[in-house]
Amino acid sequence: MQDGITTGAIYLLLAIGLLIVFSVTRVIFVPQGDLLAFGTLTAATLQSGQIPGTLWLLDGVSALALLISWHRAPLRTALTWGVYPFVLTMATLLLARFEHPAMSILLALAIVTPMGPLIWRFAFRPVADASVLALLIIAMALHFVLAGVGLVFFGPEEARAPAITESNFELGQLNVSGQSLCVLASCIILVAALRWFFGATIYGKALRATASDRLGARLVGIDAAATGALAFALASFIAALAGVLIGAVTPLSYDAGFDIGLKGFVAAIMGGLASFPLAAAGAVLVGVLESLGSFWASAYRDVIVFTLLIPVLAWLSLRAGSGEERA
Amino acid sequence: MTILAPLLLPPFYVTLAGYIGLATLVALGLVLLTGISGQTSFGQASFVGLAAYATTLLTKLAGQSPIIGLVAGLLVTGAIAWLLGLITARLSGHFLALVSVAWGISFFSLFGTLPLLHGFNGIGDIPPLVPGTGQRVTLGVILAVMTIVMTMSANLLDSRTGRAMRTLNGARLMGASMGIDTVRLSRQVFVLAALYAALAGFLFAHFQGFISPTPFGLGTSIDYLFMVIIGGAESLCGAPLGAALVVLLRDQFNDWIPRLTGRAGDFEALVFAIVVIVLLQRAPDGLMPLLARLWPQHPAAAPSDAEDEVMAPAPAPASAGEALLDVDTVSRNFGGLAAVRDVSLSVCAGEIVALIGPNGAGKTTLFDLISGVLAPSAGTVHLFGAQAAHLSPHRIAALGVARSFQHVRLLARRSVLENVALGAHLSGRAGLWRAMLRLDRAEENALLDHARTQARRLGLGALLDRHAGDLPLGQQRVVEIARALCLRPRLLLLDEPAAGLRLAEKQRLAALLRQLRADGIGVLLVEHDMDFVMGVADRVVVMDFGQKIAEGPPEHVQADPAVMEAYLGTVA
Repeated sequence: MQDGITTGAIYLLLAIGLLIVFSVTRVIFVPQGDLLAFGTLTAATLQSGQIPGTLWLLDGVSALALLISWHRAPLRTALTWGVYPFVLTMATLLLARFEHPAMSILLALAIVTPMGPLIWRFAFRPVADASVLALLIIAMALHFVLAGVGLVFFGPEEARAPAITESNFELGQLNVSGQSLCVLASCIILVAALRWFFGATIYGKALRATASDRLGARLVGIDAAATGALAFALASFIAALAGVLIGAVTPLSYDAGFDIGLKGFVAAIMGGLASFPLAAAGAVLVGVLESLGSFWASAYRDVIVFTLLIPVLAWLSLRAGSGEERA
Repeated sequence: MTILAPLLLPPFYVTLAGYIGLATLVALGLVLLTGISGQTSFGQASFVGLAAYATTLLTKLAGQSPIIGLVAGLLVTGAIAWLLGLITARLSGHFLALVSVAWGISFFSLFGTLPLLHGFNGIGDIPPLVPGTGQRVTLGVILAVMTIVMTMSANLLDSRTGRAMRTLNGARLMGASMGIDTVRLSRQVFVLAALYAALAGFLFAHFQGFISPTPFGLGTSIDYLFMVIIGGAESLCGAPLGAALVVLLRDQFNDWIPRLTGRAGDFEALVFAIVVIVLLQRAPDGLMPLLARLWPQHPAAAPSDAEDEVMAPAPAPASAGEALLDVDTVSRNFGGLAAVRDVSLSVCAGEIVALIGPNGAGKTTLFDLISGVLAPSAGTVHLFGAQAAHLSPHRIAALGVARSFQHVRLLARRSVLENVALGAHLSGRAGLWRAMLRLDRAEENALLDHARTQARRLGLGALLDRHAGDLPLGQQRVVEIARALCLRPRLLLLDEPAAGLRLAEKQRLAALLRQLRADGIGVLLVEHDMDFVMGVADRVVVMDFGQKIAEGPPEHVQADPAVMEAYLGTVA
């Protein structure tokens, strides 16, 4: 049960990332799960005193972005895709040898987060107006790209991210691990931060405006490319965070993210790909069901979780009423 | 030729050719589903697996004949696909795709865990299709089945149902307005694609003689999708092309990549994925159209449609003066905004009623309420004397109501004739199977004749073979009107039919409307061109801010002070 709530919190984080990206860009962000695994494995590699391949990947792709967009906005491009990766690379090279857990985690977040905007820049922005279906297929293909890259950089072995805390608490009869509490606390802090971000900042409002009316937002001067990049940045940050959090509880391999990402999906779909509170309820339900499932019928765990989609979709379909499908 | 090929190939190539043939079968289903109908499935491999396990259980373990295995596989797969389609029927397309991911993963883990299926050890020694023969014979069967299925799919696309399928891809509302039950049709296509996959699964089990869950996972499903995208999702020939490329390249990769990188792994997936992303960005129609360009195309000698004949339409059964449409105090709110408020309106047989008003007056919303696109918040709509306020658009079309759209909705890459023939959808009955088996020819010819007649009547005779998207906007509107007339409507709803038309075209349209009136058809039109309205309408209804502000003969309305205020802002 406790495991269920912890993993539920992870699914919730992923569901939030998926919802943000989907509502702003209509992309169903399948490779979010792969970024999660990147988060775990990058932190684990740093913790073992090595330089993760994801850093070089970031440098390479950033350099490409720098070359391509240089002529458009030299200063901003240089800062984002030139200075940032450079400083980050230097910092990583300097700090990696200390093998300090918090340092590894922060560096991992800093390395994985920019990958979202880069994915947006290269895979989706050129076809931002394509159908949801075409975007979904590209997202699916990206999963294979990232999984392949993950295999190259991290090999097939599982690895464990450094834990934030090793402590355990006795709560009545329950034995609560400190890491689980960290997961829950991070989840709550992140949700609160996102609430503030969407409610009070100009960027958050721009994202909300784009989500509710893409064309209208463009007409009032909101830069569609920038909101897209921001949405992807949020999602990849969330994925990386989820990766370092869950990676300390369960060791992950390069290809484990996909399944976790899909369960985040199931949660997001329960919210009809639109509602945050419903997605939260869905996430906890998926987490709890899964841990109950692994207790009672471990072989059928995934089947149980995914079958859960069927009544939910049937209900959504009925609620959708008289086939008001938009072309 | 293809049937003889198996005899000449060395064994290794027999296997490879078999895989290509089987993949082509699955990919053909995906072309129909994705390229033509705009839906996607990430679960095709699990349909293949379902049928493969069904026939294995029945032939190997229960000792039945492969025919029984085939029937069982098709039935089970069809039933499950139907159910999945039913669940997501009313949700937009990407939900079907997502549920197919979930379904694919669930079934993959079921294949791997059910004790009956021997898990990942798999089941071997599955009897061949024809007792005592080897892979070569089965390969012959595979290639024959592939050819047959390809021909049947081509037949399907060249039919009433095939045309209707194309409206599923981004033009559902238009399709529904032509009387196509889009929800049902998209489910049928999904089931059909699953059945193609099931057929491949059945053949796979007997071809390979051994099955395990591995080739039925999500990765394989996505491979099939990649084949379709690489080959070209909109052309049937893209299926074998994509299948051959992916199977052969994968085979090569399996040889080369471990040698290059020194480690085994799914690197070829990485390469395919990048190819697919680049293709979707640069050439979303895949390689087939690029290849097709290499062969110079000789357009089939266009039938010389010299004369545009003016023919009388089929007599409409309505007697003049009978009320066709009766809108009674309907309202429609969008949140707090009342787009239409307490509007009443009627159209009788043999009458042309014009609906005018400034932009944003609620005219198009009222149209949507009548044609079933929107349901009214209050009030009733009666069509031909029966309550019609909550019917879906395709049912309203079936009652005899045709419409055109303010923003032209045509299948831009199909011919004018095909677009017009969409309007004749309801005068045919042949479905999927009759079309595939070519049992629909008599009906199809009659239907196309009717479409040609209507097109010529509107002066489109010389343009029948042109792509609708290549025509100027004015003529596209005419195509829409021809399509609407093809429905043999009793009531015709035209949303700004004269916009973008030249003077001569407008005069022709006015003459046509008068002729329709003489035939007893009722016409309701929204129009901004006042000269046109005043010249053709029997009655004019004026709306402003969602309400009816005036109604009467054109000359009365023109003199109405409320109308002048609405248009000019001040009382003259």
